Amino acid sequence: MHVGQSLPRVDAYDKVTGRAKYTDDLVDKSALIAKVLHAQIAHGLVIKMDIGEALRVPGVVKIVTCFDVPDILFSTAGHPWSTDISHQDVADRMLLNRRVRLYGDDIAAVVAEDEIAASSALRAIRVEYEEYPHVLNPIEAMAPGAPQLHDAFLNNILKQTSAGRGDFEAAIQEPGLIRIEGEYETPMVQHSHLELPVSYAYIESGRIVIVSSTQIPHIVRRVVGQALGMPWGKVRVIKPYIGGGFGNKQDVLYEPLNAYLCQQVGGRLVKLEISREETFFATRVRHADKIRLVSYVRPNGRIVARSCDVYANQGAYASHGHSVTGKTMTAFRQLYHEEKAHRVTGHTVYTNTPAAGAMRGYGVPQAMFAVESHAEDIAAALNLDSLTFRRMNMMPVGFTDDFSKNVNYYDSLNQCIEKGRACIDYDRKRKLYQNQTGPVRRGVGMSLLWYNTAVWPISLEASSCRMVLNQDGSVQVQLGETEIGQGADTAFAQMTADVLGIPFHDVHMISTQDTDITPYGTGAYASRQTYVGGMSIRQTANMLKEKIISYAHELTRMQIYDLDIQNASIIHRPTGNALLSLGELATEALYSLSHSEHFSAEATYQCKTNAYSLGCAFAEVEVDIPLCKITLLNIVNAHDCGRLVNPQLAAAQVHGGMSMGIGYGLSERMLFDEKTGRLLNDNFLDYKLSTVLDHPRLETRFVENYEPTSAFGTKALGEPPAVPVAPAIRNAVLHATGVAINRAPLNPHELFTAFVSAGLIPTEK
Amino acid sequence: MYNMGAYYEATSVAHAISLLQRHSGPTTKIVAGGSDVLIQMREGKLAGYTLVSIQRLDELRGVYMDDDETLRILPVTSFSHITKHPLIKEYINVLGYAVDQIGSPQIRNIGTIGGNICNGVTSADSASTLLAYDAVVEITGPAGVRRLPITDFYIKAGVVALMPDEVLTAILIPKESYENTHGHYIKYAMRNAMDIATLGCSLNVRLSPDKRAVERVRVGYGVAGPVPMRAKNAEEAGNGRPASMDTVNRAAKAALLDVNPRDSWRASKALRLHLAEELCRRAFTMAITRAGGSL
Repeated sequence: MHVGQSLPRVDAYDKVTGRAKYTDDLVDKSALIAKVLHAQIAHGLVIKMDIGEALRVPGVVKIVTCFDVPDILFSTAGHPWSTDISHQDVADRMLLNRRVRLYGDDIAAVVAEDEIAASSALRAIRVEYEEYPHVLNPIEAMAPGAPQLHDAFLNNILKQTSAGRGDFEAAIQEPGLIRIEGEYETPMVQHSHLELPVSYAYIESGRIVIVSSTQIPHIVRRVVGQALGMPWGKVRVIKPYIGGGFGNKQDVLYEPLNAYLCQQVGGRLVKLEISREETFFATRVRHADKIRLVSYVRPNGRIVARSCDVYANQGAYASHGHSVTGKTMTAFRQLYHEEKAHRVTGHTVYTNTPAAGAMRGYGVPQAMFAVESHAEDIAAALNLDSLTFRRMNMMPVGFTDDFSKNVNYYDSLNQCIEKGRACIDYDRKRKLYQNQTGPVRRGVGMSLLWYNTAVWPISLEASSCRMVLNQDGSVQVQLGETEIGQGADTAFAQMTADVLGIPFHDVHMISTQDTDITPYGTGAYASRQTYVGGMSIRQTANMLKEKIISYAHELTRMQIYDLDIQNASIIHRPTGNALLSLGELATEALYSLSHSEHFSAEATYQCKTNAYSLGCAFAEVEVDIPLCKITLLNIVNAHDCGRLVNPQLAAAQVHGGMSMGIGYGLSERMLFDEKTGRLLNDNFLDYKLSTVLDHPRLETRFVENYEPTSAFGTKALGEPPAVPVAPAIRNAVLHATGVAINRAPLNPHELFTAFVSAGLIPTEK
Repeated sequence: MYNMGAYYEATSVAHAISLLQRHSGPTTKIVAGGSDVLIQMREGKLAGYTLVSIQRLDELRGVYMDDDETLRILPVTSFSHITKHPLIKEYINVLGYAVDQIGSPQIRNIGTIGGNICNGVTSADSASTLLAYDAVVEITGPAGVRRLPITDFYIKAGVVALMPDEVLTAILIPKESYENTHGHYIKYAMRNAMDIATLGCSLNVRLSPDKRAVERVRVGYGVAGPVPMRAKNAEEAGNGRPASMDTVNRAAKAALLDVNPRDSWRASKALRLHLAEELCRRAFTMAITRAGGSL
């Protein structure tokens, strides 16, 4: 068995030695360099553009402006296409936009012989604008008279939906209920993947080839076809190794513009790399949410009714749009189960800020920050033990969701709580840290985590796989599902080895996806790949195995049902004898003069299930009140993500998520100049990603309940680790200081304001 | 790809000065480590500039003791070499500690102390300590060598008293300044590495022989105004007073009369004022403790 073992990554040696090739390593040095001109107003119209001087810059090959591009609106979200029009993503942007909707909108592009010529030309372009007032905040954007971004969306509301259960108005009439209200805010943050968005494009045999750092090659092919108005088969997308995406590259970012620029220079090779600064304002961000929660609770802690209003900042373009808010709402609805009624409304609102898209957790980090801060607030208000309060109200074992048909098969939440509290010595510290008075105080806090796996039934869930047997009995495996640094290829190789009965090192993962060659799969998102990819691997490997065994039957005349493949040999099960090696069989089959066969298998598996992935985080902090600083002393995440395919890689996945959660809770936030709408901190100095010195040792714990709907017992782990960290830290600070801070990140600015108003920092009159 | 107009490698201080004279103009700049200049060039601020490099001038590297026991810090010494240098450790350890707070190990290996102060920025981690130690800068130009107290070197934000054809050739700490002093620097930033100071406070004390009184206290701040500054009111509140928490608190309060931080999106004035007092208190406490006093 390979599944369940901490085998080394299949790409480890190539990555560590620098042999692994990423997009920028592959581009030919002859490439022309493209750069994008970004608007310097937050809202308005480009009236005129003078490119005369820019064209005279030596080395400039071509300049295209927003006046030149095809009049085609397209959507960029990395969702599977829907043939149902009502379910398609909103198409609201062009390759370059005359109508400017954010400071930094794409309005022109230069293609030049080198980077310096391209940059010099950008500086030489003169732009005249008609400027409109701008709006940066969703609440203001919804108000009557606010500047309107898109004509089709009144009051800037991209979408508003409601959901509920029970008779809310009747439920809150129950005598003796305590009403507790809280408003929670989460920041706009950026994925900050190490490798920048980069692509290059060229035309070959009348077709456009795009090599790109993307999570979703097959979706990029479709969107480029749509954006350029060309048949999808005329587009070929290749995805090499990529240096992180975290959801930003689950959007089609600049591949369509890159392809268009390539067309405009007669199909010559054009490279388009987006700088770090541009990545901040011109790619995607996580929706900044304001979430208002009201709970009606009995004095014993049982929630009777509750309501939730979500206001999500969509930014200038729809991208993933309300799908993200929808998941925020679902997380609110499902983590806790009140006795009688709930209602929830979500608003996703356009503003003149960077477009919000998918980012690790897809709306759930926002939901958990609000819901789990609120849970702590309720427990504090009622003077209840917060774990007891949670246990009284959280999703019960055996719960089945009407919509997804997800079943909460196990007592995962309690099992994770037990692991987390033991690891951090929660009970003892919870008591120890009560009633502190000094300037430096400690606290412990926790947060639950609700998540699910893949996107069914909201959207298509399917994965295709191809396996080809070599003469030596080894196999190549291809999937549309992508390795983006998380270790997917290694997990896939372990699964393949187990189903086929061959050693791990005999599985050759073809890491690169090429839409001309690789079977269709939608890519890396929604923590779906080990779950859905696992299904197509199991199906395809079984098909291949069946063909091999059928051939073994021909060679050995033993009964098909008595044959098996184990450790790369054809085994006769009744005797346990190894009849021949898989390599001998494969060689014979390929070169046989009587029956020659190339063994391959290819299949699509469509998945119509989903699975809960639950867990929690516990944090211990030290708060230096006069310095307004938090030191994170200890943190542990505990997850039930089903059976672990590779425990070491699973832990690494959790570490990465925890690190993102630490930044989300303590330091990361994009800031805008109110007057101009310009992003102020578009770099790693001013955007405070947390460093290794801001991290304690990251502890991980797992509960391995075998997921019954999964091909290998697995379920989501890609995104969940990032989710519960920020609220756990926030609740630990509440425990330490008694101050409830409802706005993340809990940076010194936020702490200073909060401590002054709480009287912990004296102010002089 | 850097948009660099031209690059000249000086082989001596005299050569550097003649290169600066020959290529003098508003778009000529000295480069040493490059950790600031190259970033500004990438940002387009110094696009097309001519660079005169003093990076390879070993004559400008190192830390020495002059015959009169003045500590001589040469400007092209990297931060990591400053931190590890035995003379720094023995006589002005707080400076080594302060420059160890800069950026990352890579930046500290390439960035130089001379560049740190010639940049003229208020957040320079070395500057508040150098001010608090009454450092003297030695500048070499076509006419020869001149000396200037570091307080006069800083003119305004981003501007120092260096003529276009002059090179900073040493930073001097007189014996009277470093002798028998103990200091502490607190860099307040939003994270524990790779950051610039929101506020920095460097403080050093000389206690009386019985360790009961503060003979002299000197306080330097970064980011408390447009250029690094001394806090004279805080010093007066401490000089000659008993080495006690009362003195520390008085000095910390008095520092508020000295500092004049900005209200910006990076931090509010209110937060910086609050920190100015708190950092002074903590640095003073630590310095007295290091000097052998008890509070």
